[in-house]
Amino acid sequence: MGVMTLKGLFKEAETIQYPLQSKPTPAGLKGHILNNTSQCILCGVCQKRCPTGAISVSKADHTWRIDRFHCIQCGSCSRECPKGCLSMEPGYASPSTKKFDELFEVAVVLTENKKTPLASKASPLDSLPPHGNVV
Amino acid sequence: MGQATIIPFGPQHPVLPEPLHLDLVVEDETVIEAIPQIGFIHRGLEKLVETRDYNQFVYVAERICGICAFGHSMGYAETVEQLMGVEIPPRAEYLRVIWHELSRIHSHILWMGLAADAFGFESLFMHCWRLRERVLDIFEKTTGGRVIFSVVKVGGVVRDISATQFEEIKRVLEGIKDDYRQLCNAFLKDSSVKNRTVGIGYISHDDALANSMVGPFVRASNVATDTRLLGGGGYRYLHDFEPVVDSQGDCYARVKVRALEVLQSICIIEEMIAKIPAGDIAVEVKGAPADGAEAASVMEQPRGECYYYARGNGTKNLERMRMRTPTSQNLAGMTAALAGCDLADVNMIVLTIDPCISCTER
Repeated sequence: MGVMTLKGLFKEAETIQYPLQSKPTPAGLKGHILNNTSQCILCGVCQKRCPTGAISVSKADHTWRIDRFHCIQCGSCSRECPKGCLSMEPGYASPSTKKFDELFEVAVVLTENKKTPLASKASPLDSLPPHGNVV
Repeated sequence: MGQATIIPFGPQHPVLPEPLHLDLVVEDETVIEAIPQIGFIHRGLEKLVETRDYNQFVYVAERICGICAFGHSMGYAETVEQLMGVEIPPRAEYLRVIWHELSRIHSHILWMGLAADAFGFESLFMHCWRLRERVLDIFEKTTGGRVIFSVVKVGGVVRDISATQFEEIKRVLEGIKDDYRQLCNAFLKDSSVKNRTVGIGYISHDDALANSMVGPFVRASNVATDTRLLGGGGYRYLHDFEPVVDSQGDCYARVKVRALEVLQSICIIEEMIAKIPAGDIAVEVKGAPADGAEAASVMEQPRGECYYYARGNGTKNLERMRMRTPTSQNLAGMTAALAGCDLADVNMIVLTIDPCISCTER
């Protein structure tokens, strides 16, 4: 015990100076869900599978919403997504002072029993701070 | 003999990581009786089987407890697989055992840190948590989470561990061993630790059996019981191993049993990594449990035997999900150990059963 403590005097510190420094993000970190809106067909499978009801899909409004504060990063939606448009982006989200839904707009054309995605509008994430729209 | 006084202990107390309330009936400085009370953090998680299907309930099960999160999701998944007659691939069973044993290491080292903090050995506490951090890093790299992993699903697991990651796990565990042995020396040989633990909170072999105690608490009273030996899930692939037992029955014995169990878990992980077969990590599970079908299973959680029961009703929602957690078994033993102890030793005795009230109340 004493040897270990003495050795600690000459070793690099185990802790880091957060937030000035941050730990490297492992590749497989669950992080948070992102939607590649150009692939999304608003089928709603993710909404059905989500155990916390964090995702809401509206075909009428062409929107895909996620409540980051309800999401538990279980990955059910990204595993079940038939188009593979949902992914878990490594990295921890920054702290926030407000609760809000994050909104993704999806452009789709609904034809008879077939949904074909068109070029989607840019995600509001592109022009907004990390947490997106405040609803 | 002085007049009997009742001293309330908890639910908010510096030594208690979880909300347990004790009414300590004290005469002079001696505890005559301890009356436990729980019910501060009941969340109604078992009731949620009515609104979550059997796949979604895995994520509820792993939120029963922060420390044995993986164990609860594994125990629940094994019970539902038994209920539906699902056989999962051997590689998934091996992976579950590896993660579960890593959880045991992290749980025991965390507990040892808390114990060191309770008897005022701050530097020992910090060294314990420093080592635990290495295990959490393994979790972060292999599962994507540090405490809640969400890697178990009914039918297997959702992530595989690569050969490179296995090598890293072996290297990290090998690195931990040296530091850990020095920690064990401090816990088991240091006189300041022994002064607080030796001869305190004695539970005899017979009392341990009479109170139906489980886990390291009962193994410290020389009862060689360990549900891993029943060979459920991936544990059937293991070589025979002897449970760590001690005959002293006091706080020191309970520290010793947990300290040695960490080394045993490291051996189990090394064996599983050496033997893990290639292949799939999950099978597809379709349909719903039959109406009236029942299944039960037991698992050795870090704190002891945990019992799971599930009953189906022909839909995707289970009719009933029930768990009996180790701490609910150990509370009776804890009150027996507290009777007759010195008031200053109450915190050590309560801590050495490692109570998990959030598991118990669910």
